[in-house]
Amino acid sequence: MSRATLDCRRLLCPLPVIRVQDRVATMHPGDELEAVCTDPGALHDIPAWCRINGHRVLETGSEGGEHRVVVQVGAA
Amino acid sequence: MADTKRKAAALVSGGLDSMLAARVMQDQGIHVEGLNFYTGFCVEGHTQAIRRQDQAKQKRNNALWVADQLGIRLHILDVVEDYKDVVLNPRHGYGANLNPCLDCKVFMVRKAKEWMDAHGFDFLVSGEVVGQRPMSQRRETLPVVQQESGIGDLLLRPLSAKRLPRTRPEREGWVDRDRLLDFHGRSRKPQMALAAHYGLTDYAQPAGGCCFLTDEQYAVKLADLWQSRGERGYELDDIILLKVGRHVRPAPHFKVIVAREEGEGNFLHGYRKQHVALRSVSHTGPYALIDGRPTEADLALAARLVARYGHGRDAEAVTIGISDRGGPERELVVAPLPPHEIPAEWVL
Repeated sequence: MSRATLDCRRLLCPLPVIRVQDRVATMHPGDELEAVCTDPGALHDIPAWCRINGHRVLETGSEGGEHRVVVQVGAA
Repeated sequence: MADTKRKAAALVSGGLDSMLAARVMQDQGIHVEGLNFYTGFCVEGHTQAIRRQDQAKQKRNNALWVADQLGIRLHILDVVEDYKDVVLNPRHGYGANLNPCLDCKVFMVRKAKEWMDAHGFDFLVSGEVVGQRPMSQRRETLPVVQQESGIGDLLLRPLSAKRLPRTRPEREGWVDRDRLLDFHGRSRKPQMALAAHYGLTDYAQPAGGCCFLTDEQYAVKLADLWQSRGERGYELDDIILLKVGRHVRPAPHFKVIVAREEGEGNFLHGYRKQHVALRSVSHTGPYALIDGRPTEADLALAARLVARYGHGRDAEAVTIGISDRGGPERELVVAPLPPHEIPAEWVL
């Protein structure tokens, strides 16, 4: 099990979702990915993408204009 | 109907038609997964994300929303690089602005076919309706999409299928043609009735398309970019910046991008290491970037322009901070440019 961070700052949706999608495709079930974004839309879009693709959102939060979404990779 | 559950990839734009097309397939027991393409010109959320006054609004990606409503997986494909050739060299030309709609459709169907082939899907579904759009959804152009994309008769348009030749999914009995539809023309009533039939009440309303290339003002700015650089081409940052701020071009070799409010200023600030940046020091005022190669005199003019759009517009002198690609800031004291000294043709 691993944990990685993904810098999605300055990217506008849906690019943060695409970056998460592409990174998750290289990870294993149970791995965790923390996406750091500046587009607040990511707080809706990444969880929506996780919901329909079978992944889990462990945590979301915002501070200082940055938004974090922690995703746990689901079973393929 | 064959025993094996057939798999269809559905083009999901986030609008009602593609949502219904996918839903009609689900109704026939087809396994559906959605495909959505990111070209860089997608309207989806960008303006809301940038502008502070809009940030309180609930934002959502409509394609994700549709997939969520239908309970299907959605794959968003980044096609920014490959899409450049569509924008720059459209075989079928542009629509009213710089929208290469027919070439775009061919491109997306071709990309979808590549994805289908790689992932073992049987056919492709799209929400096109005969006669709905002037360029890409005319009866004469629908076969062009099939032919040029290479998809052939594996492209099914469930909403207009009964008005079109039988496709392979129909001939093979993968889907029941009798349960497909015969929509045509620009009326939205049949789609709304079908949505009601499925209990779908929340969907994106058509609002002039999902692509900035159909927007006249945006197309003017993109054409200006090409003209000023002496070549047709762009990077993703270029086309994103065209969506932000007031663009003022006093001369062919530089333009000033002036934030219209705080959210845009914050967004432009993220680009300060790639451009000359200006900010108002002595008064509340907008953040701005310069695109191009300004001379010292140009910088003074840009500073006066930025001063004009700030609270110091009526002051005798305004101090503007200037930094070059993230370097140390120096200050210029300037007189704000009076409105009559800003020719209308400067403002893009």
